Amino acid sequence: MKVGLFVTCLVDLMRPSIGFASLKLLESAGCEVIVPTRQTCCGQPGYNSGDRKAAQDLARKLIAEFAGCDYIVVPSGSCGGMIRAHYPELLAECPELTAAVAALARKTYELTDFLVNVARTTSVPGQFSGSVTYHDSCSGLREMGVKTQPRFLLSKVAGLTIREMDQPEECCGFGGTFAVKYGEISTRIADLKCEDVQSARADALVLGDLGCMLNIEGRLRRRGDTNTRVLHVAEVLAGMTDPIQDLDRRTAD
Amino acid sequence: MQVTSNQFKKSASRKLADPKVQKALRNAKGKLVVARSRSIRELDNFEEIREAAAQIRDLGLLHMDVLLEQWEKKAVAAGTIVHWAETPQQVNELVIEIARKHDVRKIIKSKSMLGEETNLNHALEAAGLDVRETDLGEYIIQQFGETPSHIIAPAVHKSKDDIADLFAEKHGRPRLNDISALTHEAREVLRPHFLDADMGISGANFLIAETGSTMIVTNEGNGRMTTTMPRVHVAVTGIEKVVPTLEDVALLLRLLTRSATGQSISNYLSFTTGPKRSGDKDGPGEFHVIIVDAGRTQVLASEIREALRCIRCGACMNHCPVYQNIGGHAYGWVYPGPIGSILTPALVGIENALDLPNASTLCNQCGVVCPVKIPLPDLMRKLRERQVTEKLRPWAERFGLRLWAWTAARPAVYGFLTGIAARVGKWIGGAGGLLHKLPAAGSEWTSGRDFPAPRGKTFRQLYARHRKGARR
Repeated sequence: MKVGLFVTCLVDLMRPSIGFASLKLLESAGCEVIVPTRQTCCGQPGYNSGDRKAAQDLARKLIAEFAGCDYIVVPSGSCGGMIRAHYPELLAECPELTAAVAALARKTYELTDFLVNVARTTSVPGQFSGSVTYHDSCSGLREMGVKTQPRFLLSKVAGLTIREMDQPEECCGFGGTFAVKYGEISTRIADLKCEDVQSARADALVLGDLGCMLNIEGRLRRRGDTNTRVLHVAEVLAGMTDPIQDLDRRTAD
Repeated sequence: MQVTSNQFKKSASRKLADPKVQKALRNAKGKLVVARSRSIRELDNFEEIREAAAQIRDLGLLHMDVLLEQWEKKAVAAGTIVHWAETPQQVNELVIEIARKHDVRKIIKSKSMLGEETNLNHALEAAGLDVRETDLGEYIIQQFGETPSHIIAPAVHKSKDDIADLFAEKHGRPRLNDISALTHEAREVLRPHFLDADMGISGANFLIAETGSTMIVTNEGNGRMTTTMPRVHVAVTGIEKVVPTLEDVALLLRLLTRSATGQSISNYLSFTTGPKRSGDKDGPGEFHVIIVDAGRTQVLASEIREALRCIRCGACMNHCPVYQNIGGHAYGWVYPGPIGSILTPALVGIENALDLPNASTLCNQCGVVCPVKIPLPDLMRKLRERQVTEKLRPWAERFGLRLWAWTAARPAVYGFLTGIAARVGKWIGGAGGLLHKLPAAGSEWTSGRDFPAPRGKTFRQLYARHRKGARR
């Protein structure tokens, strides 16, 4: 099973440990993982900002890069949703791509969805001593149907307990460029999320989308919460929750 | 209504800072969201009904011309006087003309959002007519001299105390504290107006083509009195409200009231088919219906036509994280929330509501709850595309996006630049790993949040090293 890992531009730039954690999880699930080195961005910023042309160019690029894979796995419901739910519409005016886009959409999976429903993973390498609360990021939940998969996998992590917040499905207020175009509203929505996270009294907030992570962590820290850790679900499942140390070790390889 | 949508950001900011509005919004959200979800759970085939509802609405839009003519034929046969208005001004002129013809002095009004679109109350008052809103929420809003902040709960931004103060002042009676006592007082004050009004004005939730009827969905009984007691009645409604059959209405109603207030059915459903006939005990002597375009055919012909499926339940706003925090007034026109973010630019001009399609996280909670499956986020995206195509976005934003796309299409350049950004970001973030102040567009982020710093190296840098290590 040849699996292409699309790490996403945000993970590439901001938190490479999520990419390595995904790699580790896919490899330990027995997949042959390919990481196309020319990959950059799926085009979502352009698509959601109304620059269709910019989005189309990047979509074509991605389609070509992952053409040879049986599956494409993305550690992000948002970027995964872009490919699965929006590429067909985005590229509707390019009939020569219709078949390729449909095939690509069919084989694109969010990481935890892939691990549970395709790779049939029932055990994970991670260990975590403490409690976590899981936030359902909007695109993962509403475009990719990611809800039970991360919770199932987290329940297999040794030492980990899940403490649900009241409203895990409420948006965190990130919304891509929304977070910088309407900073004040975005911050207020994030505030409500932070209150809910804190009332769950977990050691860590875990979620599957780096954009939402940056938003919620940014607001938690500004509110003075330096204790609640904010981790990507891949980091927890792979046992790579100390990203800086882990990267140094890799760098020393 | 005056369009103030281009002051969205400033207005939203004021609402965020207003503790009274915040408290009222928090309260309403809890009630409406919970009530809807409880009543939707009563249906074991919600998704199927929703699909059927969307199809009925699409059918209505597709065959609007034929259905409207069929409706008109039936309505005229029942004695209804049918008018067609292309613009908001024509609506107001028609209502005033009818009022003059019948020597009307006092008008009672049941809720009409289209009346808000055309600024009907102002036009009628300017023509010397006495207009009384009779829907409790609309009555409160009229007494405050404000505009509705929600399409089904116009006074949702007001607290009980605000209303108690208002009634004490306007009614000149002792201040009451209890909601049912306040409601009772409003009823007492309104009753004489129902009895001596010369004309009633209502909207219509649906026009039923097979019977030529109009129908309204209400809870307070004021709609029933408005449509039956005065000697003349005028219903004002949009062309998109037409549906083929009564059976279609029955299906739509199963979703409308549940999505709106969480009721399995509203307290009143009033169908009107023509004026009072000989032998009828009540009903208006003359029944007029004004069918209004006011920009709707433009929407029908555009890429956002699905917005016309809307049955005005308000679920999209009740579930919107943006609306929940800023309320309806910030949107600056008649329809707030996600549907307003589409209808406002569509009906008043895209350049007059530049913020609205952008002021959404695209979380799609609205799309999930919409009873007629309007793909609200997709339609907002279409309007964003139109803004870019028509060069209505700031040049810096358009340039920034192009620059991003140009760079991301060139992996070598991209890798080089992101490598620098990761290093510099880590260096500035220091030991805490947080950026407290970002420049330019990023300043909106850091005004309320820190920005977690990058980790010094990009994935592509580390992965290249990792692979080299593996080969060795």
